[in-house]
Amino acid sequence: MTETIAVRAEHLYKVFGRRPQEAVQQLTNGAGRDTIASLGTAAVIDASFDVRTGEIFVVMGLSGSGKSTLIRMLNGLLEPTSGSVTVGGEGISNVPAAKLRAVRRSSVSMVFQHFALLPHRTVIDNVAYGLEIQGMSRTQRLEKAARIVELVGLSGWADKLPSQLSGGMQQRVGLARALAADTDVLLMDEAFSALDPLIRREMQEQLLELQAELGKTIIFITHDLNEAMFLGDRIAVMRDGRIVQIGTPEDILTDPANDYVAQFVQDVDRSRVLTAASVMEPARAVVTLSAGPRAALRTMRDVQTSAVFVVGRDRVLAGAVLDRDAIKHVRAGRTDLIAIVDAEVTTVSPDAPLLDLVEPSIGSTLPIAVVDERGRLLGVVPRVTLLAALGNFTQTGELPIIEPAPTVPEVLITDALATEGSAS
Amino acid sequence: MNDFRIPLGDLAKEALDFVTDNLGFIFSALRDFFLGIYESVEWVLITPPFWVIIVIAVVFAFLARGWIFAVGSALALVLIVGVDQWENAMESLALILVASAIAIVLSIPLGVAAARSNVVSSIVRPVLDFMQTTPAFVYLIPALLLFRVGVVPGIIATVIFSLAPGVRLTELGIRGVDSEVVEAGQAFGASPWRILRQIQLPLALPTIMAGVNQVIMLSLSMVVIAGMVGAGGLGGDVVASLNRIDVGLGVEAGVSVVILAIYLDRLTSAFGQKRGFFSSIAARVTSGRASAQQDREIAILAEGHKRSTSVL
Repeated sequence: MTETIAVRAEHLYKVFGRRPQEAVQQLTNGAGRDTIASLGTAAVIDASFDVRTGEIFVVMGLSGSGKSTLIRMLNGLLEPTSGSVTVGGEGISNVPAAKLRAVRRSSVSMVFQHFALLPHRTVIDNVAYGLEIQGMSRTQRLEKAARIVELVGLSGWADKLPSQLSGGMQQRVGLARALAADTDVLLMDEAFSALDPLIRREMQEQLLELQAELGKTIIFITHDLNEAMFLGDRIAVMRDGRIVQIGTPEDILTDPANDYVAQFVQDVDRSRVLTAASVMEPARAVVTLSAGPRAALRTMRDVQTSAVFVVGRDRVLAGAVLDRDAIKHVRAGRTDLIAIVDAEVTTVSPDAPLLDLVEPSIGSTLPIAVVDERGRLLGVVPRVTLLAALGNFTQTGELPIIEPAPTVPEVLITDALATEGSAS
Repeated sequence: MNDFRIPLGDLAKEALDFVTDNLGFIFSALRDFFLGIYESVEWVLITPPFWVIIVIAVVFAFLARGWIFAVGSALALVLIVGVDQWENAMESLALILVASAIAIVLSIPLGVAAARSNVVSSIVRPVLDFMQTTPAFVYLIPALLLFRVGVVPGIIATVIFSLAPGVRLTELGIRGVDSEVVEAGQAFGASPWRILRQIQLPLALPTIMAGVNQVIMLSLSMVVIAGMVGAGGLGGDVVASLNRIDVGLGVEAGVSVVILAIYLDRLTSAFGQKRGFFSSIAARVTSGRASAQQDREIAILAEGHKRSTSVL
């Protein structure tokens, strides 16, 4: 499947000031933002990225990092000093105003930080505003707007004025207005930043639902990294006008491009972003079902643990065996491993967030097994690994992580293996 | 040093002479035009008996602010009749209405232009300062020469004097509209004219209405000065009482000016504050539209329902 590009930005520069072109010239020659301060303020420096159709692309940065300027160049509210923007295959830089308005009507709509609703119009008329500009007849646009109002959960409020609504509801109106315009691309400028945390979370979830339903391409600006991690398919981190890293939330969290990003991601709620697959380790204490109790016991002794995972054909996880059971079994001279396999092993899917691993970890002495949809063992997440990942503690050197610790002294195991081995 | 003299006055006089000699026809046409408007408004106000006008004024007062203002204006207007200044008051009112109407028609577009362009703004601002601070008597002289004695130089002087707040407050109001809302209009592809009509003017309306109120108030304050150039009305009597040191006439004409001023101020400020009956009418009209809309939607739904059931 070929991915189509909804929005493309190429080497975008925006300098406010008296001599912007000169400033861009110096910036391309490698001058810093501070050295060209006398020529103007560089808000965006050499920003290039592609936004794929149907993805949520988050631009994240602190205030003053240029993200609001960047998003305003994507629909031509600001003309780039240098560089070009393409929306849906059409260039919007250096085009006549009428053409630009046509692109905005048909291809890009926007949601604003402080809602920017028309205070003298009712909710339904606000939602229908984009359609009105598109030239749709009154009955038609009100019908369509009514559907969108219902979609965002505001039915019953259609005839109220924005001032009669709470902040969260007002932003739903803002979102509805943008959705009603039925453009492929949605720009959201700090859309949820002015809302209470609880409402914000609710709106974020609703946005994801709507996006799954409508398949819009969304470019979302935020200064909240948790929001970026929650919403973004990909995130561009901005600092001082430059994009310092573009990647998936996991990329940014696990492989920050520089100290700035690393420092930034320190405060992220890692338990929601990191998945089991990203922290799991190869399972060392594993035996096959056909290998028998003696092999299991030997493995336990070699890696110094009290339990091993048992897998069948194709590495499908069968369960786990404890050292006490194995040693009794070996002493009794039995060779079928299946009888002592405990199938009650906690398993998770590879894309489970770490948050979902915490509770099972508390209840289980064994590491948590990560299995794919066919039940094959992919790796394990021992408690220590989980803690290290949540605490953003990077392990230096090779600390072997062995869980759970042996409960039977090593000599006993060696003894059992030796005696039974000679007997048979 | 005594020889140092810049002939500014002579230059102005020569320029004015040139204008009167060569462009006189324009000014006499303008004079006829303004006079025509003024006389028709005056005719409307003076022809009916005084109580008809008072009843209409009181009804407006009631609608704008309520019964206290209505009773107050009734008493005050009767007082004007009682001191035998009714006809003068109506002449002055006609002058005020014509002058304010012209000033408003000029100042709002000018204010919009100033709000949209910094260049226009930086040109308009000093001109307004000039118009507002130049003593009214100074530009009465050329107005007299160009338009001859009578009500027209009074109207012109009044318009020039009262234009400034209309322009300034319109500019202020439009510049004060939340830039994000204007951006929203742009982001959805609205044309500049549409943004002005649907976003900027409605949102700036309270400020613009304050400007309109100020225009009317300044026109009122020019009534007396207009009287000096033969505009008649209350101003004429004030000037006459000044010449004759007639305290009685001065008080009667002065009180009438004050009554007109207070009445017009309270009436027009009620619009800007969206108070009283007018706003409730406006609210009813919009909600009526909304409920009519609901009815239509219900009708559409019912129609759709009927259709779907008939298909079944």
